[in-house]
Amino acid sequence: MSVEQPSLPLNGVAPRAADRYRSDHLLLAGMIESGSRVLDVGCGDGDLLQLLETRGIDGRGIELSREGVNRCVAKGLAVVQGDADTDLANYPDDAFDYVILSQTLQATRQPKTVLEHLLRIGRRAVVSFPNFGHWKMRVQLLIGGHMPRTDNLPATWYDTPNIHFCTIKDFVQLCDEINVKMERAVALNLYGRPLRFNAPWWFWNMFGEQGVFLLSRGEEGR
Amino acid sequence: MVKVQSVSSPVQAEYRAQEADHPTSQVATFGSDHPLPLDCGIDLAPFQIAYQTYGELNTAKSNAILICHALTGDQHVANHHPVTGKPGWWVTLVGPGKPLDTSKYFIICSNVIGGCMGSTGPASINPATGKVWGLDFPVITIPDMVRAQAMLIDRLGIDTLFSVVGGSMGGMQVLQWCVAYPERVFSALPIACSTRHSAQNIAFHELGRQAVMADPDWREGRYVEQGTHPHRGLGVARMAAHITYLSDAALHRKFGRRMQDRELPTFSFDADFQVESYLRHQGSSFVERFDANSYLYLTRAMDYFDVAADHNGVLAAAFRDTHTRFCVVSFTSDWLFPTSESRATVHALNAGGARVSFAEIETDRGHDAFLLDVPEFFDIARAFLESAGKTRGLADAGQ
Repeated sequence: MSVEQPSLPLNGVAPRAADRYRSDHLLLAGMIESGSRVLDVGCGDGDLLQLLETRGIDGRGIELSREGVNRCVAKGLAVVQGDADTDLANYPDDAFDYVILSQTLQATRQPKTVLEHLLRIGRRAVVSFPNFGHWKMRVQLLIGGHMPRTDNLPATWYDTPNIHFCTIKDFVQLCDEINVKMERAVALNLYGRPLRFNAPWWFWNMFGEQGVFLLSRGEEGR
Repeated sequence: MVKVQSVSSPVQAEYRAQEADHPTSQVATFGSDHPLPLDCGIDLAPFQIAYQTYGELNTAKSNAILICHALTGDQHVANHHPVTGKPGWWVTLVGPGKPLDTSKYFIICSNVIGGCMGSTGPASINPATGKVWGLDFPVITIPDMVRAQAMLIDRLGIDTLFSVVGGSMGGMQVLQWCVAYPERVFSALPIACSTRHSAQNIAFHELGRQAVMADPDWREGRYVEQGTHPHRGLGVARMAAHITYLSDAALHRKFGRRMQDRELPTFSFDADFQVESYLRHQGSSFVERFDANSYLYLTRAMDYFDVAADHNGVLAAAFRDTHTRFCVVSFTSDWLFPTSESRATVHALNAGGARVSFAEIETDRGHDAFLLDVPEFFDIARAFLESAGKTRGLADAGQ
């Protein structure tokens, strides 16, 4: 598996303009070749799609919340109201070059099925998710004895939409299990900056606040 | 029998008859050399299309928007109606600075074939007999309406429409445009509609038609020659249909159980409740401007509409490889064309690889919401057209 450190800010986005975008979005956008067709599953307010469109990428989105969809459409983005758990099945095979699942995996009911759909619909998938193995999470559970809450995941256990948390280690295992190839993997720290690329997995799993993965279909018949 | 308050006056009947053949609109006439081939197998010729335009066509002819009207609408989108004197039916959306900006776009709306406001329909004079067509008029379909519109667009010298926009039956025409002439539609805004009419909707239409035909004044469709008009039947049809355009919540908010100009029930069948009075008014004002036979034909056209049926039952096949940009809009409280119908359209468009946006607008105003002042809907329509306009290079066009 090749692991490399992405260059930030992103090529093609002026440093000043780059301030407008979230660092994990810049990282995600850097994994996608310009001119490709992209589906962003759980696109929220469409910030990532807007960034992709500035890079000449034909982007489409699915968003669960009606407010999010309407804000996207009002920005001129091609976004439909839909549910990753139920609506991905309606998309044909190979419809997109990339399918993005940004900070959404942990909110799906069937993460494994969703992941399989991503790589059926798209030739590649880009998945980012909060790492539940981060040391702050571990400390809160171990010492505090309560479900962890962080700046990026402020919801309490009883009102969180996030029902399927996983660690970077868990995710890597799942990819292995369903024969998904990891083309690139990056762990971001609390400030959205990539961790040292040659760090071992346990280090990422402990100090990565989120994981970002570029995936492709594994070898046939393995 | 429900009493409809005001009876269609002879003056209004005269207006209606005049508008059917000599409308207060521009008219495109097509002679025997340009027949309209209908789905029923008949070539309709000669025929005419009445239409209104707003704004200016740019030199590249790239800023034309076709608006398709709904069942009881007409071409008078943004001007005063020649029969009722009321403002156009979509002045909320169409005009200078509005989402469908007449200072930017060239906007066309034509009366559908089968209508009664100047395009050839059952209320027009049949040139073969010199009498009103009535039920001799061939049954028309949504594809027939769109075919006629395409002939009008040809006549106007426009190759590709920048957008086709419409709600309800108008939305069906928008979808049909995208299926029949995908290369001629740059963007499409189908609102509160479906690719097929549901069994429940066919049932409501049948109720309306039976009400018209049960009126003794209908005279087997020959009421014009016999000097009558089935205003009671058509009024009841409109009342029933109007309920389907609203929602339980909207009716409750607007009327509740409030009484009409009285405090106690009269223990009669007068319009004690405000909602009754409102419905009777809807019925009676409708019959003044609409032809009863035309209502039969247009409801029938909607009933027959089923895009998938024309594509071996596979809806996605109808939109395969389309380059049109779509924005599908539905309303939460619309139970005539519920969101599930729009979602099915969106799934098919996605499966066909189309660039599609889909927004469901929250409102309690039911199907009629597409005609009303719903700012969230306007923002979406405006942004969708602006974004499509940028891609089309419309930034400076027509200004």
